[in-house]
Amino acid sequence: MKSKKLSRSGLLLAITIVLFLLMYVSGMLIFSDKGFAKPQMFLNLFISNAGLIVIGCGLTLVMITGGIDISVGSVTALICTVSAFMMENMGLSAVSALIASLFIGLLFGVVQGYLVSYLEIQPFIITLAGMFFARGMTAVVSTEMISIKNELFLKWAKTKIILPFGYTNKKGVYIEAYIYPTVVIALLTLVLIALMLKYTRFGRALYAIGGNAQSAVMMGLNVRRDKFKAYALDGFLTGLGGFLFCLNSCAGFVEQAKGLEMDAISAAVIGGTLLTGGVGGVVGTLFGVLIKGTIASLITTQGTLSSWWVRIALSALLCFFIVLQAVIGSVGSKKNRAKLV
Amino acid sequence: MKQKRFSWQRLVHARLFMPLVCLAVVLLANVIRTPDFFKISLNNGVLYGYLIDIINRSSELVILAVGMTLATAASGGQDISVGAVMAVSAAICCQILSGGEVSVTSLAAPIILAALAGVVAAALCGAFNGFLVAKLHIQPMVATLILYTAGRGIAQLVTRGQITYVRVDAYKVLGGYIGNCPIPTPVFVALIVVIIMAIILKKTALGLYLESVGNNGKASRLVGLNSALICFMAYVLCSILAGIAGLVASSRIYSADANNIGLNLEMDAILAVALGGNNLGGGSFNLTGSIIGAYTIQALTTTLYAMKVSADQLPVYKAIVIVIIVMLQSPIFRSLIAGMKHKRTVTVNEK
Repeated sequence: MKSKKLSRSGLLLAITIVLFLLMYVSGMLIFSDKGFAKPQMFLNLFISNAGLIVIGCGLTLVMITGGIDISVGSVTALICTVSAFMMENMGLSAVSALIASLFIGLLFGVVQGYLVSYLEIQPFIITLAGMFFARGMTAVVSTEMISIKNELFLKWAKTKIILPFGYTNKKGVYIEAYIYPTVVIALLTLVLIALMLKYTRFGRALYAIGGNAQSAVMMGLNVRRDKFKAYALDGFLTGLGGFLFCLNSCAGFVEQAKGLEMDAISAAVIGGTLLTGGVGGVVGTLFGVLIKGTIASLITTQGTLSSWWVRIALSALLCFFIVLQAVIGSVGSKKNRAKLV
Repeated sequence: MKQKRFSWQRLVHARLFMPLVCLAVVLLANVIRTPDFFKISLNNGVLYGYLIDIINRSSELVILAVGMTLATAASGGQDISVGAVMAVSAAICCQILSGGEVSVTSLAAPIILAALAGVVAAALCGAFNGFLVAKLHIQPMVATLILYTAGRGIAQLVTRGQITYVRVDAYKVLGGYIGNCPIPTPVFVALIVVIIMAIILKKTALGLYLESVGNNGKASRLVGLNSALICFMAYVLCSILAGIAGLVASSRIYSADANNIGLNLEMDAILAVALGGNNLGGGSFNLTGSIIGAYTIQALTTTLYAMKVSADQLPVYKAIVIVIIVMLQSPIFRSLIAGMKHKRTVTVNEK
């Protein structure tokens, strides 16, 4: 049973990676004249989606336990606005904004986690309420857009880390490829979470809970506590991801990051994390995020399509992967169900 | 004495007790703040007053709440795409009426046809949701999240990113007044929807089927019900009602504003269902409760607006209310409270 499940998630991950490569290569072929083939274009995927990678990691943890968190987009908006408000209107430092961001994220995670795990309320309802709460609080903090001009903050956001490779442009000038510090933090977080899921008791417990919570209780796992910790960690990562998102956008406003929860959920699902829990991983989520980024840059490079198409295309892709999961899942479990009935 | 206490307890545990108390509290708060709250006057042959305004404005919400109740009962989850479906239906209706122009003063197509097209589009959205939920067994909120985000995008594409205005008096009827009738039309629309649904649920076994599927889908299938079909139908019905609500909302502003029609209404509809004493986990449901819940929510919204809370900030209060309601509904929370009460009585008795 176990090997079968692992191969199933491996299959989903393989499909995702192949899809990503197909999309990217076809993008390179179609838009080669518009610079899609440059290495910087690939790095830009990471730069513009650093926050989403971290948020997606948090969401993946929760989804592995069989839960969900749809508040992440609004919490991101709240974090951006609070950070911007603290730095611009209150004159506080970027460090205190970072601490506040992490605290806000953790607070949402802890409260939602408590309600979901200890009071056993449906995670959808709680995080839906959290989503509206955070969006409303954003409006309470500021109804106007605040752009951030804090020096230290901009230094964090825009310090280029030059990579040891590059490309020569049409005029024959060598341009070095670069990334921002946000990418380093995002990838570091990703690696840490991947290692945690694979090698710690807590990480393995999450899979056990998502696979079958009742069996996990019988195995002696403290299901409620571990679920709570998963939500708290998810909240913390949303705080970190939200701050990275803010570093990328350098602004805070009410309508910010609308639909980010959808991006994060679809990234996780496209990356092979099952909505029913128990299967998945953050590496897949990374590829999910990259696919989302590729769709977005394909549509912006194309130029004539409205930005709404990004969301519609992503929804269609999510739908396709959900159906795929259901099909692969039903093939695997039909025999077992037949036995039970 | 004992008799009286018994009846009091029965009253408290009656299903409609909570929703009615909530409504009463909100209304009472309003009366204290504005003493002429219940005053209804007749201006220019049209009824005016806070109460009329609340009843008028809550029409869409009542329609949504009815659909949401059915979807909740059948699947144990909520349809969070209703707001977006409203926008889709309004966009399609207005686009057909205007014949592709941004602003028109004459109709390009009969209203009935356009309205029907809007509702059919909504039904298609519902069929999509229903297929994902009933056939593929995806959690309702994830399944409907797809349309929640993509729906407004689709509506934007239909209206080509613009607000389509239909400045024709005939189109304003649905959200305004019929002839010289002093009561706003949306009230009648809501009433008709409720009556039709009540008749369907009373006269057919649909209500019973929905409850049974919501309580235990597998068991229902084993006793011979087509669980998937019933759940599917609940979602189609929910979206059709959302489509009707979308038409009313668009008629009010005689335009299709894809970004704002039905914005945040999914939250209100879920809140109305929860406030009506329905279990958000599915199973048995109470339509009357949801309708009272819808009026309560609108009364609350109007009150908050009157207290100078901006539209952007409203969700904060509503989110707090919904968290409190679901906490009160949670069996674990109840047993915690019961345990505390029990302890207190024990200590009192020992003294």
